[in-house]
Amino acid sequence: MSEAGERGGDMLGWQTLLYKEILRFWKVGFQTVAAPVLTAILYLLIFGHVLEDHVKVYGTVSYTAFLVPGLVMMSVLQNAFANSSSSLVQSKIMGSLVFVLLTPLSHWHWFVAYVGSSIVRGLAVGTGVFLVTAWFAKLSFVAPGWILVFAVLGAAMLGTLGLIAGLWADKFDQMAAFQNFLIMPMTFLSGVFYSIHSLPAFWQGVSHLNPFFYMIDGFRYGFFGVSDVSPWLSLAIVGGALVVVSAIAVHLLRIGYKIRG
Amino acid sequence: MPAISFQSVSKTYSSAKGPFKALDGVSFDIGQGEFFGLLGPNGAGKTTLISILAGLSRANAGRVTVMGHDVQADYAQARRQLGVVPQELVFDPFFSVREALRIQSGYFGVKNNGAWIDELLESLGLADKAGANMRQLSGGMKRRVLVAQALVHKPPVIVLDEPTAGVDVELRQTLWQFIAKLNKQGHTVLLTTHYLEEAEALCSRVAMLKQGRVVALERTSELLKAASSNVLRFKLDGELPAALAAQARVTGRIVQFPAHDAGEIEQYLAAVREAGLHAEDVEIRKADLEDVFLDVMGAKA
Repeated sequence: MSEAGERGGDMLGWQTLLYKEILRFWKVGFQTVAAPVLTAILYLLIFGHVLEDHVKVYGTVSYTAFLVPGLVMMSVLQNAFANSSSSLVQSKIMGSLVFVLLTPLSHWHWFVAYVGSSIVRGLAVGTGVFLVTAWFAKLSFVAPGWILVFAVLGAAMLGTLGLIAGLWADKFDQMAAFQNFLIMPMTFLSGVFYSIHSLPAFWQGVSHLNPFFYMIDGFRYGFFGVSDVSPWLSLAIVGGALVVVSAIAVHLLRIGYKIRG
Repeated sequence: MPAISFQSVSKTYSSAKGPFKALDGVSFDIGQGEFFGLLGPNGAGKTTLISILAGLSRANAGRVTVMGHDVQADYAQARRQLGVVPQELVFDPFFSVREALRIQSGYFGVKNNGAWIDELLESLGLADKAGANMRQLSGGMKRRVLVAQALVHKPPVIVLDEPTAGVDVELRQTLWQFIAKLNKQGHTVLLTTHYLEEAEALCSRVAMLKQGRVVALERTSELLKAASSNVLRFKLDGELPAALAAQARVTGRIVQFPAHDAGEIEQYLAAVREAGLHAEDVEIRKADLEDVFLDVMGAKA
């Protein structure tokens, strides 16, 4: 790792913050990358084993094959969120955020660096989960472009939400509440483990109000060329939601919400 | 152009007990190249003022500039001119000393800064700790790294907020030699400290804050001259009577009285004798900054 540290010298300010945030999770990669990959494998083994013979999705897709993109996206989203939120809360509590607060970096620089590093972490974990789980299922790649677009947009969205949560939370338990009562339910109810077409009409309607549903649905479209809604609709909704949360995050950074008294 | 200019700076915090005025119209300038001391008891507003200067906090009213750059409107330029050593012993546990310095340098967009980083490590006695993780360092070593981090972008204005609190004597000496050298090279230094002998030895000018207001702003030598009195100092073998204690500064067994002439000295010693007490190690010394400070703060009243 010391070699990686050698490079911290000749970059622009925002690039340094991005690099620092990536280095931060990479240095504890066992916990930030390897652990979520293992979690995803456990989900796949257990749910795939229980449901493989009972469920076919879109008529032709095996349950395990259906599950793999869902698990990959879930890992991308959860880890993107965890990255910016835990970094901010931790450095607020430890006081080391002062090193960044004292710099000439603008609110836009902060935004790009914190969300950018969350995207990198999300994609790193997502790639790990994909490489391991892909062994268990026969996957197709109908539209790789959509796969990449939704992975990046989803990670950006959750990285931004993590940034907002990290600014807001003063303690680790507030952070955990945000994660457990908002992020986890929205991810689990977004169709990671099922197609919403298998739900009663009422719950299908409810699922359509969950922006996370569109991320996973669009992502899955890239693999199978089939989805619950059109990928263009998903793109519009996810893109729109990202613009809204980004505007909030940049505003909070600009006014120094809870970080500049 | 002053290095630092505070212009009618006010700051009010809302607390459970109602609004608390931490700063109330603070105005003064610090010239380029000055070694300036900011003194005051806890809660006087020193750290609040420095936080506003550093952009960690925002004033409700007034204006602060660093080398002519407004700390709010032109914060990026203002912060480039400023190196701040924070009061708290904070560190980033993920990085080694050298990584922490390279990263801090990178935030300011400084290129090819390796030689200066090496020089900082050397000057602050950190060279053999360069590869050590921040977590492994002692408190004194962490303090040195904080100083190095503040200086890594070669700021013309250096702010040290209680840099020697809880620091051993050796480091204090190393630190002051280094800061004094930087000051000689033209850096402006703003120092807050509880150790008034440090301020007296180092600062050419001081401001004293009390309850958010400037109550003294003077050259250190002028302040000492104005406090023309001498101090009678002795050790006592018992409790000083309350009437006398009110006029004295008592630290454990050591008692100190401001004394303008021989008559006053006689009176104090007589009063001690009449109280049935015995004074030892009697000496008369010149008033120092601490005496002035206590005078100004009205601590004896």
